[in-house]
Amino acid sequence: MDLNILWFILIAVLFIGFFFLEGFDYGVGILLPFLGKTDNERRVLINSIGPVWDGNEVWLITSGGAIFAAFPNWYATLFSGFYLALFVMLAALIVRGVAFEFRSSDRSPAWRKLWDGLLFAGSLVSALLWGVAVTNLLQGVPIDGNMQYVGGFFDLLSPYTLVGGLVFVFLFVFHGALYLGLKTEGEMATRAERAARFAGGLGLVFLLVLALLTYTQTDLFNKAGAAIVLVLAAVAFVGAYLFARRRQIGWGFLFSGLTILFLTVAVFWGLFPRVMVSSLNPAWNLTIYNASSSPYTLKIMTIVALTLVPFVLAYQAWTYWVFRERVSVKKLHY
Amino acid sequence: MNALILARLQFGVTTAYHFLFVPLTLGLSVLVAIMETLYVRTGNEVYKKMTRFWGKLFLINFAMGVVTGLVQEFQFGMNWSEYSRFMGDIFGAPLAIEALLAFFIESTFLGVWIFGWEKLSKRVHAMSIWLVAIASNLSALWILIANSFMQEPVGYVLRNGRAEMNDFLAVITNPNVLYQFPHTVLSGFTTSAFFILGISAFHLLKNNPNFKELFQRSFKIAMLFGLISIVGTIGIGHLQGQHLVETQPMKMAAAEAHWQTANPADFLLVAGIDQAAQKNSLEIKVPSMLSFLSYNTFTGEVKGINDLQAQAVKTFGPGDYVPPVAPLFWSFRIMVAAGTWLVLMAVLAIYFYRKKTLEGHTWFLKALIWTIPIPYLANLTGWYLAEVGRQPWIVYGLQKTAAGVSTVVSTGEVLTTLVSFTLIYGVLAVADLYLLLKFIRKGPLEHDAEETLVSIGKGASLWT
Repeated sequence: MDLNILWFILIAVLFIGFFFLEGFDYGVGILLPFLGKTDNERRVLINSIGPVWDGNEVWLITSGGAIFAAFPNWYATLFSGFYLALFVMLAALIVRGVAFEFRSSDRSPAWRKLWDGLLFAGSLVSALLWGVAVTNLLQGVPIDGNMQYVGGFFDLLSPYTLVGGLVFVFLFVFHGALYLGLKTEGEMATRAERAARFAGGLGLVFLLVLALLTYTQTDLFNKAGAAIVLVLAAVAFVGAYLFARRRQIGWGFLFSGLTILFLTVAVFWGLFPRVMVSSLNPAWNLTIYNASSSPYTLKIMTIVALTLVPFVLAYQAWTYWVFRERVSVKKLHY
Repeated sequence: MNALILARLQFGVTTAYHFLFVPLTLGLSVLVAIMETLYVRTGNEVYKKMTRFWGKLFLINFAMGVVTGLVQEFQFGMNWSEYSRFMGDIFGAPLAIEALLAFFIESTFLGVWIFGWEKLSKRVHAMSIWLVAIASNLSALWILIANSFMQEPVGYVLRNGRAEMNDFLAVITNPNVLYQFPHTVLSGFTTSAFFILGISAFHLLKNNPNFKELFQRSFKIAMLFGLISIVGTIGIGHLQGQHLVETQPMKMAAAEAHWQTANPADFLLVAGIDQAAQKNSLEIKVPSMLSFLSYNTFTGEVKGINDLQAQAVKTFGPGDYVPPVAPLFWSFRIMVAAGTWLVLMAVLAIYFYRKKTLEGHTWFLKALIWTIPIPYLANLTGWYLAEVGRQPWIVYGLQKTAAGVSTVVSTGEVLTTLVSFTLIYGVLAVADLYLLLKFIRKGPLEHDAEETLVSIGKGASLWT
């Protein structure tokens, strides 16, 4: 296996980690106004992800850095091309990020309402845009022979990509609700389970629509492997939904995680060996070869990544262990 | 207005804004870690209160640093995609390593620190803030390694129409970073020291007996830390200047408004600069001093802007290779004056403290409050010098700034994001200042059950 393939896989792994971890963070953020009726309850919801959300977001920063380091042309084309969409995403992530710290630093209800609202909106917009972005990658976008995106902002929006956005939103809400089912107690946990059933049902429908549209809009089904993994994603979602209905929340969360994993793998497998598909001419696709760094840089980065990633996984896992206890209004330990 | 100017403006605005928060993070993380270590060592509750008070201010500042850093990570691709294509082989690596090696540790252990007061042993808890401090400073190292390549390209070969790395070790031991890293980090330490000195002075003036010991002790830690840091910053800055005379002579010549090559060369205290006429209309100078500053001896040729321009034309072809002289000249002087002022204040702080007459000198305590912005001024003018002094190059000698900008992003799009980022950042600045001032004024908690803690239950921590 050459290093270009290895880096494509590594970036897929980073996105799996990102969507899995930040997925439930976004979900909790979106659920904030619906599940948190009082200020203390919203505190509980925020505290359920408080210690870990920032570490989870670093998976995104690392993904960005890894794309830049391993496939600079991908980085350049993607971010200059999806310019305004990326700007909206950054704005959402900015207000969401400070909201965590700012909302509790003042007791005025208006202040808290403002930052809670921004936390909700930031989570919702980011989740939606991730879905839109990922489906655009699969569908292909207008890229010319010089690796330049020649479309506009509205070229990124189509029924297919909007369905992609909705799948991400409801999948993440589902995932986040199950996370809350595990991390909270009593009334809050019950509400979270109810939300999980609701979001899970809708998400499942959207995922099936997405799978059908993927068949008509993209070439993913030309690859048997990618198609099978996409079906596995749907199967896992069904499993997660059934577990949620039977109130087996631990299993449900595991399976919503598997759904995210399979979905991400399907996308990357469908793309491979391309990193950006040109809708204008297949010869103008960006691939893991024409978009990549030099073999030397890939080699250096491989050594660095394979050395550091195990440590990252170990200490992040440790933090989940430290904060394994459920959060409730009665014992807001953190 | 064209897209290039706007993209540069956007980079300037977002980076300068980001760099308002970073230096304080670099230093305050270390100081809070020192305070918590004192608490663990002595068991004295004052140190715990101290850790929490400065820790809260640290967290508000940190949040701003994190979210503005997100923009930094992606705007190379957004506005500078041609630069990213040209430089990605070299520039992406330190950015990815920064995330893997530093950001993960920083954010993970900060979460542990914020929420772990009740869950971890004192030692492990203190260790987590040390990890945050170390990782913050490590992240500065990696981003400065990346920046240093733009200042002084090393360990590369031009191939396939781009700069490709061929010596990783050379890239990470870039001579430029050996000066730039300690200079930047120590100026961050300085920023945090004067932040603490100013706020402590504010509370010593208010003379609340409950807080007195806490702020006296904070003052003592910060004054020593501050003096060492500012002297170090200046010392390394001097060596860095000498290094730049060798490696980026145009930057230094512009910063000195030194038009004509001279031996010995004079140092200008004040100059009326006429860039169009390529000369100064007015000069107040110290004879031979520029030679001394450059070479540690009062003789020695220092190349002037005009000769360097001619030389650049010969090497790189026709073009204007002179950065904006007057802004650089004055930035440099503001930075140096700020540094000098800080040395003076640090020395006086130690003098009065040791004489035990600190609280009698209310004028000095007031002056310390007004000194809080001075390190920020030095940080910003310093970065202005580093980045604008490199113009017209984005990568010194390899790629011009005009060639690095995204070709597919329209002027309207850059304008949209520029205006929007500026608005968002403006609003956040107001919220940030509001919170900082509120917590500064309120002072440390009287006891552990702060007002907000009462509302949500005992044992809640700083996050509230």
